[in-house]
Amino acid sequence: MAGLFYAALFYFATAFFVGGLAYKIYKYAKTPAPLKIPTTPAPTTQSGVVARMAREVVFFESLFKGNKWIWLFGWMFHVGLALVLLRHLRYFMDPIPGVIVFIQPFGMYAGFAMAIGLLGLWGRRFFVERIRYISNPSDHLMLALLVAIGGSGLMMKFGAHTDIVAVKNFVLGLMTFSLQPLPTDPLLLIHLALVAVLMIIFPISKLLHAPGVFFSPTRNQVDNPRERRHVAPWAAELDKS
Amino acid sequence: MAADFQTPEFREYPAVPNKLVPDATAHLSPFVAKPDHNEKLGFPGELVDNWHDKAIEKMGDLLGKYRGLQVFLDACVKCGSCTDKCHYFQGTSDPKNMPVARQDLLRSVYRRHFTFAGKYFPKLVGARELDREVLDEWYSYFHQCSQCRRCSVFCPYGIDTAEISMAAREILDTVGYGQKYCNEILGKVQTVGNNLGLPGPALKATMAEFEEEMEDDTGLPIKLPIDVQGADVLLITPSADFFAEPHIDGLMGYAKVFHEAGINWTLSSYAAEAANFSMFIGSYSNMKTVAERIRTAALDLGVKRIMVGECGHAWRVAYSFWNTVAGVGSGAAEDDEYGQKLQKQLDHRYPIPQHICEFTHGLLQEGKLRLDPAANDHRTVTFHDSCNVARASRMGDKPGGQFDIPRALLKAACNNYVDMDPDTIREVTYCCGGGGGLLTDDLMEIRVKGALPRMEALKDVMQNQGVTNMAAICAICKAQFAKVMPYFDIPMDTILSTHQIVGDALVLTGSTQETALDGGDDSSEKTEEAAEATE
Repeated sequence: MAGLFYAALFYFATAFFVGGLAYKIYKYAKTPAPLKIPTTPAPTTQSGVVARMAREVVFFESLFKGNKWIWLFGWMFHVGLALVLLRHLRYFMDPIPGVIVFIQPFGMYAGFAMAIGLLGLWGRRFFVERIRYISNPSDHLMLALLVAIGGSGLMMKFGAHTDIVAVKNFVLGLMTFSLQPLPTDPLLLIHLALVAVLMIIFPISKLLHAPGVFFSPTRNQVDNPRERRHVAPWAAELDKS
Repeated sequence: MAADFQTPEFREYPAVPNKLVPDATAHLSPFVAKPDHNEKLGFPGELVDNWHDKAIEKMGDLLGKYRGLQVFLDACVKCGSCTDKCHYFQGTSDPKNMPVARQDLLRSVYRRHFTFAGKYFPKLVGARELDREVLDEWYSYFHQCSQCRRCSVFCPYGIDTAEISMAAREILDTVGYGQKYCNEILGKVQTVGNNLGLPGPALKATMAEFEEEMEDDTGLPIKLPIDVQGADVLLITPSADFFAEPHIDGLMGYAKVFHEAGINWTLSSYAAEAANFSMFIGSYSNMKTVAERIRTAALDLGVKRIMVGECGHAWRVAYSFWNTVAGVGSGAAEDDEYGQKLQKQLDHRYPIPQHICEFTHGLLQEGKLRLDPAANDHRTVTFHDSCNVARASRMGDKPGGQFDIPRALLKAACNNYVDMDPDTIREVTYCCGGGGGLLTDDLMEIRVKGALPRMEALKDVMQNQGVTNMAAICAICKAQFAKVMPYFDIPMDTILSTHQIVGDALVLTGSTQETALDGGDDSSEKTEEAAEATE
């Protein structure tokens, strides 16, 4: 019964996540940036822009310039999350590639880095007056959700283990549309339900910062307005009048 | 100084963020535009009855036209990195002057009308209906942003509050709630050709006066030519250069450089304005209309090169937008008739448009100018990076040239040069406090308070390193500083034009200065000495 419910939930969550994100990305991609507005100094070549974007996405360069505490907690969380996600790939693959096997222990500790980062960011929402002022209930809930996902995951790893072989069968079953039984440990059910919630709210929340950063004109434009005439389609119409 | 507000005190530790003082500047609102000002620009004269629906409709329109706006409204995670970066926040402690909070004034309405969460769970995500109170709040706080982009440097997604405030002002204009200062000036530039409304004959008379003054000074017939058909170079400069101090001295500096370089140049009475306030109000169509005066002047006069005088936002518009909105630049596609029409006339061996500092710097490097830095020995100079030049444009070939080229000019022109605190210059420079359409007396309070971080940094080098003058390359910065410095007990003549300092050091061939220096006419040595001076 739980298996059926969770199967339906994950099919829905995945469809909503993929569809919602694709829609948003399509929207970002098709909306023109009519003016050259890179925050300068900016790279003067396309490869320079790729490097700038890479520094932004991998190291959070601008955030580092802005605030070292937010950077520290934010970066810990994101790198931790990335490793944890990679570690979870073992539930989706059979056989498991060597790289994923190799990062398993790192992914384990990354779970703690992730949790510490989240708690640091959350603490700032309470204790730093400026950040308290700009926080909405949804900003707190988002952190609560992520902490609960990370916490339930860590508790399964270091406390009440679940039958991960069965979990893997269930997941692989989902991928091949053959329903397999799902263990009913409360921690696992909570963990999975919250992950599904996260997937569903992703395309309709501030989590859009993930695809958004790649489309940010202040970061992804080449600084060459004098060398090339840059005109958006709707703006080109104005040339004719 | 008579004022009904307190000039902010210098802070002991400027790096420590303020305690919040909610609504500290909620009472500040610039004068509202008169019907006449709005209508000239194609906006309704007064606030329309169905302003709510029209505003939301305009927001939707802008979201479809500007990817930046769409991404910026979605992507913010409220991390707080920008919260202590705005000079207006630092000077007022009003939380709505924190960049993210300023954006949220608009974002809250965006969420209510354009997002699932905001439609169904408004309280949860801080979504708000656009009521009259919110509209007035927009009018107040989006005119407390100088669009300097300092916050965008520190945002992990590059969210630029300038773009948000431009969109907000465009929405306000669309419903007939425009700002007097910007819209009145835009009317003048579109009818007369400059922000002052100075007609051609008056302009020519003024230039003749300056020519006389320069001749008295140097013994040379240095010209300020206007409307010269077939000149090589068209100079577009802010009209403040024609009447305001210290701007005029900068203009004379450009004239001296042109004279010494032997360039055939001209001003245009039809396009006697580099400023383009359309950027401040986020109006693409008005920006195009104003910039097209320059295109027309260039076509009519048949010039080969186009240069721009010292002005911050104007250089942003010229450098970043002229090519887009008026074809003033290079690289138009073969089939781009509009772009090609002007571009085939221009000489693309030079950057188009070219900043006057790039031009002077090039001459220095070629050894064509002789500078006597001792002429500025009575000064110790520092340089204020203007926000739009620093974070929205470039000079020269390399990123960051906009910082290095003006400094190279100043260092060549004076022996005593000092930089201010590194946290207040170059990429992270502070706005003067008067940019973005705020340079009006009805916003004096926010102008003074917003100047605080720059005044602190300046006072520091004045007290500890003997700085006597600060040079700038922006008409708004110069006007703003001349006005607000006295509030901070800094003499108003501390602010100078960069080309005034260059002009003062420039040893013109055949001038009285050259005679005094060399004790006679010996022009054969000129090139050698010029080369030495630039090393």
